[in-house]
Order: sequence, then C-alpha cells, then structure tokens
Amino acid sequence: MIRSFFSRATLAGLVLIASFGCTRNHDQEILIGHLGAMTGSEATFGLNTQKGIQMAVEEWNAKGGIKGKKISVKSLDNQGKPEEAAATASRLINQDHVLAIIGDNTSSRALAAGPIAQQNKIPLISSTATAPKLTEVGNYIFRICFIDPFQGQVMAKFSRETLKLKRVAIFRDLKSDFSVGIADIFKAKFKEMGGEIAADAGYQGGDIDFKAQLTQIKAAKPDGLFIPGFYTEVGLIARQARGLGLNIPLLGTDSWDSTKLSEIGGASINGSYFSNHYTVESTDPMVQEFVAKYKAKYNSVPDGVAVMGYDAANILFSAIERTQDLKPDQIRDELAKTKDFKAVTGKITIDEKRNAVKPAVVVKVDGTSNRYVTTVSP
Amino acid sequence: MSDFTNELVQHIINGVSLGSIYALIALGYTMVYGILQLINFAHSEVYMVGAFTAFYTARYMGLADKPGFLTLITLIVAAMVVCSIIGVSIERFAYRPLRRAPKLNILITAIGVSLLLQYSGQIIFGADPKVFPNVLDDQTLATLGTAELRLFDVTILGVAVFFMAVLTYMINYTKTGKAMRAVSTNWTVASLMGINVNRIISMTFIIGSSLAGVAAVLIGMKYPKIDPLMGMIIGMKAFVAAVVGGIGSLGGAVLGGLLIGFAEEMVKGYISSTYADAFTFAMLILVLIFRPAGLLGKPSQEKV
Repeated sequence: MIRSFFSRATLAGLVLIASFGCTRNHDQEILIGHLGAMTGSEATFGLNTQKGIQMAVEEWNAKGGIKGKKISVKSLDNQGKPEEAAATASRLINQDHVLAIIGDNTSSRALAAGPIAQQNKIPLISSTATAPKLTEVGNYIFRICFIDPFQGQVMAKFSRETLKLKRVAIFRDLKSDFSVGIADIFKAKFKEMGGEIAADAGYQGGDIDFKAQLTQIKAAKPDGLFIPGFYTEVGLIARQARGLGLNIPLLGTDSWDSTKLSEIGGASINGSYFSNHYTVESTDPMVQEFVAKYKAKYNSVPDGVAVMGYDAANILFSAIERTQDLKPDQIRDELAKTKDFKAVTGKITIDEKRNAVKPAVVVKVDGTSNRYVTTVSP
Repeated sequence: MSDFTNELVQHIINGVSLGSIYALIALGYTMVYGILQLINFAHSEVYMVGAFTAFYTARYMGLADKPGFLTLITLIVAAMVVCSIIGVSIERFAYRPLRRAPKLNILITAIGVSLLLQYSGQIIFGADPKVFPNVLDDQTLATLGTAELRLFDVTILGVAVFFMAVLTYMINYTKTGKAMRAVSTNWTVASLMGINVNRIISMTFIIGSSLAGVAAVLIGMKYPKIDPLMGMIIGMKAFVAAVVGGIGSLGGAVLGGLLIGFAEEMVKGYISSTYADAFTFAMLILVLIFRPAGLLGKPSQEKV
C-alpha cells in the first residue's frame, strides 16, 4: 500500500516536472525508447534486443541518420515485471518524450506497456511478443513477429506431420499469458489433426522443481512433450524429465531461444525442437551478413531476439524516414503501410491488424547451436 | 507394480529428497529461534550466499567440470565456512547490539538484513541466473517398476541425514550442546552458571548457517539454477516447516521439512501446481489454529 502510494506520488511528480517545460528538443536528434527485461530470469531477452537495436542505430547514424538527424535510443530495464513495464513506458513517454517505443519482447509485459503507449498516441513495436490480444490494444501497437496461433499451429503441424507423434503431453507455464494461449492453440490443432493429448499439466514460472508433474506426465505415456515455457524453466524441466527416464522429444516455442537454455539444460535439452523467427544456419546472404557483423561487434552469435530487435529498429527507422515531419501519428501511419520489407528474418508485411505476416522456422537444439530443420509458411 | 503404485513410489522418492533439503534449512531457523526467540529472516539469504560461494569456488578451483564426491565435499565445506562467517557477522553486527531492545526491533532488523543481502547479491553477482556447475554425475541406481531411484536423491538424503546425526550428537552429548540447551532454557541463569552466552549464540549461528550452506550446495546440484533472490521462496517454505514442526524443536524442523516437501509433491502431482504453495500455507494456518506450538513443539508457558 505504502509502496504503491509512493510510486504514484513519484509518477505524479515526474509528470509534473515533465509538463513544466522540460520538453525535449527534437531538432537535433530523434529519440526512440526501448524497454525490456535486462535483469531477472529473462534478462537475455532485453539485453540482446538492445544489442540488435544498437547495431541498427549505428548503421543508420553512419549513413547520416534520418533526415539529417542522429538517432538515439534510451533503454530502460523493466526487471521482467509487468508493473515495471508500465512504469518504464510512462517514463519514456512523459519524461523522455520519445517518438516511438520498441519493446517489450514478452506478451505479459508488452500488454502492460501497450495501453500507456496507446493513450499517449506513441507507436509501440514489440519485436517478439506473440499474444494475439497485444495489437488489439489499439491502433498504435504493432509487432513484427508472427502470433501465437501461428506458432502453436506450426508446432502442432510439425509434431504431427514431421515427427509423426500420436500422443503428446502439454506442460504449460500457468503464470504466463503467452504460454497458456499457445498451449490452447497447440492442443486444438493437434487434436484436429488426429492426434491425442496424453496429459495437460502446468507449473508456475520461477519454480525449480517439476518432478511431481513430470511423474504424472510420464505415467500418461506420451510420445512427445510440448513446453511453451521460458528457457530457464525449460532447461530445468529437461534435466528433470531425463532424470525420471522420460526420454521423449521435447517441443517448444521462440521463448526457448537463449544461449542459457543449453547451459541450464546441459545434454538433456539436446535433440529438442522449437519454432523460431530465424536461424543463423540460413543460407540467405542477408542473414549471413548480419551474423558476421554481429559477431564482429559483440563477439557472440546473435540469437533470435537480437535479430528481431535489429529488424524492429530498421522497420521503425524506415517508417520514420517516410514521414513528413517526424510526428508520432505520422510514424504510426507509415508503420501500418510497411509492405514486403526486406528484413533479416524474412519479408515482413504488416497486416490490417498490425501483426506481421512472415514464415517461421523449426530448429533442433544441439549444444549452444540450433540446427535448422524446416520452414513453415503462413 | 501397477501404474498407480509406480507413480506413488516416484512421488515418495521426490518428496523425501525435496523435504530433506527443507529440513536442513528449517533447522537453522529453529535453532536460532530456540535460543534468541528471533525469526532470523536473513537465514534464507545466508543460504543464497552459500550457493554462490559454491559456484565461485568451483569456478576458481577448476572443479566445474570435475564431477565427483570429492568436488561435492569441497563445495559443501567451502559453502559451510563462508555461510558460518556471514551468519556470525550478521549476529555480531545486526542482532547483538539490539539484544536488549524489544523483540520487534530485532525482527525488523532481520528483515532489513535479508533485503540488504538480496539486493547486494544482485549488484555483486548480477541479477541474471547462473548455472550451477556439474557437481556429481546423476545416474539411476535402481528402478522400481517405472519409478527411478537416482544418485542425486540418495546423495541428498544421505548428506542431510549425516548432518542431522552430527547435529543431534552435538546437541545431546557435547559440552557446547549442553550449554546451548541451557541458554535456550534460560540465558540469564545459564550465564550465572558460567556459560559464555555470546559464544554459545555465535556457535548457534555457525551451526545453523553452515547447514544452510549444505542445503544450498544440494539444491544447486539438483536444480542447477541459482540467482540472488533464490532464497526467498525456499526460505519461506523452510520457515513454515520449522513452525509446523514446532519452532524451537529440532525433531520438529526435520518432520516439518519432510512433511512440506512431501505435501508439495503430492499436491503438484495429483491436484495442480497452482495449489502447491497455497496448500503449504493452509497447512501452516491449520497447525497454528489447532496446535499453536507446532506438531512436536512444547506448549510455551509465559514466564512471570
């Protein structure tokens, strides 16, 4: 109670300060906001998105910026908490006066930040938040990734047709909108394709012990386990599943995409499959060029989150470039007109619901690298 | 065996393994309470420091890729030493100056120390989770139907039982143990009998904290993800275990720990993970209503 009073008081204070004249001068630079989890159990999401955005910014600035103005990005950490995502969005809009916001990667937090951006009529682009209801928040909310139904369908199709699985168990993170939504869609699609759901269990994000549920799942004798959860828990789940003698293929979503996955999961996670936005193994010269540049700059292989950050920034910057006088409402209109944009993760078109239409890839985990398996088009 | 018994056996194995770790941490809460009537909220952070000590010890001694019992023992010893130092320092600098202050002051100090350690941990170790080194190669020791008995579970139980046995021996058959029991009964009288109360209290913190260190290494081994806030939930559960068993009672802490671990496993397995924590705390409420002193606790009489 006291805490919420203080945070409200601080917020009111900030708004007050902001309204007294500290209006940022947009004459010299173009300020973009980025919010993401840079600490906490999903820290690689925010940090790597930032790296991707930073690369795009440097490239644009090297070419002279947008309309002669340099681009600068303000990144704020939301600690992986929805309430912080809302607070940081307010801060970016009211205090820093950003023109547009990139973030957050996850649906729960993008859904917390979205309404604030919508109210203030500031465009918000999420690079990887896949929950369908995100862009339903309003006409200022965009995403450049596919949405849950598609990802759930891709994995259902892949397990049924490519892996020929018959009885799949689902293990979902009950605390996450993303996980629950995708699990429902997977379940419906897999059944529709003649498969059977052996078990449908849940856990709480942040748990470390999953043996009880895994024991139940094992008893249902599934031939595959779909876990639309986040990499930290998935790594632990994989270990414990193997520890209980549950040696069936594990299937997942883009939320697995982190180098920490194999660090935590060790050998147990090898041979598992997940759907993703791109793969470094793609032979597309654009991908190879991006990977080479990223490696040279950060000395690591870009994960999907990093490349999506890069794409989001590029789409946003080219929309800003097309505007007449750099106003948020014009940026919104130009973003909505994005068509066949040649991004690293494939051609991106923004549809009338402000979602991206683009293909997904399925990759197989092999140590820290992910091997390309197949591409599934919308 | 039928599927049902197979499952049940597996749940029992998992529950005992989890419960014995809760019990080790609960012992630390209950010992400090027994002597100071203080709920040492910083205990769960001592446990967190233990996990990080083991993590860095393994890294700097080059033990990270050398799984084996020797590595396990080295890490346990390192965690015990560092945890003891932290535990004693907390007592010396945060609690001792308040020994004669009202109980509430020292309780709030304990919460403060806990937060201080949590957030210092985020600054020093970084907030992102670390991957605990491979301490021991897990393998199946026996298969009962489809239930598997793994090396980790046996090791956890073995180590926990070993330390509990040592503790029981210490408390009941050594001079320090006798002094501890005396101080917990009445420290004024104990000090009149020539017992150095400060030394005994420090000793209590050393023992309690080093048990938290042991638990941290065991948890790290089984669930190889550690972060500076890892103590919060597990500390809360161990505390509940101590209260359910009867705070101040050593046997109670062990019983409470096993009971909580077991109940959690069963609820997750047969009902839903959503209710696991709710069930734990519901159990606490029921015990507090019907047996306020805990299952094995002695009903306390107000000393006049």
